[in-house]
Amino acid sequence: MLEAYPDNRLARILLWSFCALAMAFLMLPTLVVVPLSFSASDLLEFPPRAYSLRWYENFFGSATWMAGLRTSLILGTLTATLAVPLALLACISINRIGGRTALAIQGALLTPSIVPGILLAIGLFFVLAAQRLVGTLFGVLVGHVVLAIPVACIVLLPALARFDWNQVQAARSLGANWARAIGGIIVPQLQISLLSATLMAFLTSLDESVISIFVASGQNSTLPKLMFLSLRDQIDPTIAAISTLWTVIVLVAVLIVTLRKKS
Amino acid sequence: MKSLPITIDSVRKAYGSYVALDDVSLDIQAGEFLTLLGPSGSGKTTLLMALAGFVRPDSGKLLLGDRDITRLAPNKRDIGIVFQNYALFPHMNVLANVEYPLVLRKTPKAEARQRALDTLARVKLDGLSERNIAALSGGQRQRVALARAIVFEPRVMLMDEPLSALDKNLRETMQYEIRRLHDDLGITTIYVTHDQREALIMSDRVAVMNSGRIQQIDTPQQIYDRPSTRFVAEFMGEANIVAPGSVRRIDGADASRETLMIRAESFHLDAKLVGRDGVALEGTLRAKAFRGENWLLTLALDGGREVLVCIPAALAGGCAELATGQRVTAYAPAAKVHTIPGAVA
Repeated sequence: MLEAYPDNRLARILLWSFCALAMAFLMLPTLVVVPLSFSASDLLEFPPRAYSLRWYENFFGSATWMAGLRTSLILGTLTATLAVPLALLACISINRIGGRTALAIQGALLTPSIVPGILLAIGLFFVLAAQRLVGTLFGVLVGHVVLAIPVACIVLLPALARFDWNQVQAARSLGANWARAIGGIIVPQLQISLLSATLMAFLTSLDESVISIFVASGQNSTLPKLMFLSLRDQIDPTIAAISTLWTVIVLVAVLIVTLRKKS
Repeated sequence: MKSLPITIDSVRKAYGSYVALDDVSLDIQAGEFLTLLGPSGSGKTTLLMALAGFVRPDSGKLLLGDRDITRLAPNKRDIGIVFQNYALFPHMNVLANVEYPLVLRKTPKAEARQRALDTLARVKLDGLSERNIAALSGGQRQRVALARAIVFEPRVMLMDEPLSALDKNLRETMQYEIRRLHDDLGITTIYVTHDQREALIMSDRVAVMNSGRIQQIDTPQQIYDRPSTRFVAEFMGEANIVAPGSVRRIDGADASRETLMIRAESFHLDAKLVGRDGVALEGTLRAKAFRGENWLLTLALDGGREVLVCIPAALAGGCAELATGQRVTAYAPAAKVHTIPGAVA
């Protein structure tokens, strides 16, 4: 984009400034919580008048917050491990069936990402209630997997569309059953896309609050649910500390995946 | 290695209203090199994929030896396949590609390695076993694909236009090598191509396919000289389909009342070269072209139909002097005049 205006100094300055502004607009709301989290005050105030680590201590010292963190990480991991293989198999079928049938299946699979989260949560609540699964970790997991499958599919479908299916036929003719053809030929070559899909599925679960609020009960509340509850009950900079940690975790995860993609 | 015969018995496959295979029956002998030849959409690849197990016939049977494989999973057929685009595994090196079928068969590691290396030597790829697939030329990839398809000693080999991506010289070398490999291994081979010359050069028998049917199955020479349908005649080369009554016998006897096929290269301009029982055909010269090894003349018969006449450069003394619009008589020996059964010109 920048190469289009190599000689025009003013155009380049304007373009760079515009980009910088856009970046700032996107990043500032996230970054503003960082100084807040180091505040010594009991209130969320910006800029903080004094600095301390007390809110981090508060977070790591609280059994409730720690339980929430653990639940969220376990849930994220389980969601990714379940949703990505399911999504891969679904995408392979969509890719192979082709035509209108494939489009219909694809549409159905992607609906959870289109339907408003609150509707999905209410629906899921009734379904889970009928199975007596409300309040269980399994119930929340089901909800998160449902949400994560379309996310993983969006990453995997274009990757599979570029994949040379003759290779699978070759593997089959050489003696590989389905499982070996998928595991030995497709998976190694879609590694990068699968990694991205795993990260996206993990983050989808980590970030999800509506289903958790509806379905999760006290002892297996996720971190986002606890954060919402705490915002309602008592506002203190612990939220800012968690948000900062959260941002760092996500940043590190995205960085790792991006760097692996490059190498 | 024991190779097996293949029986294709009334196989039919339709996609909606499109019939890809229309009641195809074919017997391939053990150790035979058979080519399925036809234009694109003729059903040749569908038939190959049915044998491979990737297309399930709507009806009919496929037998490998005495064994019915119509519904057998592709991985249990023990058929070596060479794909048009080679379908090598880019995440494995050459050796790993060739070892792959052996690894799947749980061959001990050392033996698998040795057999893979031996097979690579057989296809003249010794020394390249550690290369990445991406670092190979088209011809080398072709050889890896061949090695991978024969390393596990399949009893049947299927090849789907394996040479179509190679340039002309390499293609001719590989035609020879594939045939040599077939003769060494004695493996029943079904080869798909749309290249007539390739089919003629390589095969024991050629099955010409069109619109889901086998038009003719015969030796290359019979297919070329004695086509049984007009389609085969025209598909196999510069064929002239001549209507009844447009040729005369040189000796004055009554010419055939049937539709004839005369190949362009069967003609001579000198009546002495064809004998008394040959035929003569007279027309106006429309165009002439020098093609290096021969001259191609286009004659317009009196009925308006055009006939291609191909004269080898060595015998074409007078061709350069011929002028368009001139009357020219072309002669063909009786042995090269073929009656197409039941055809209407």
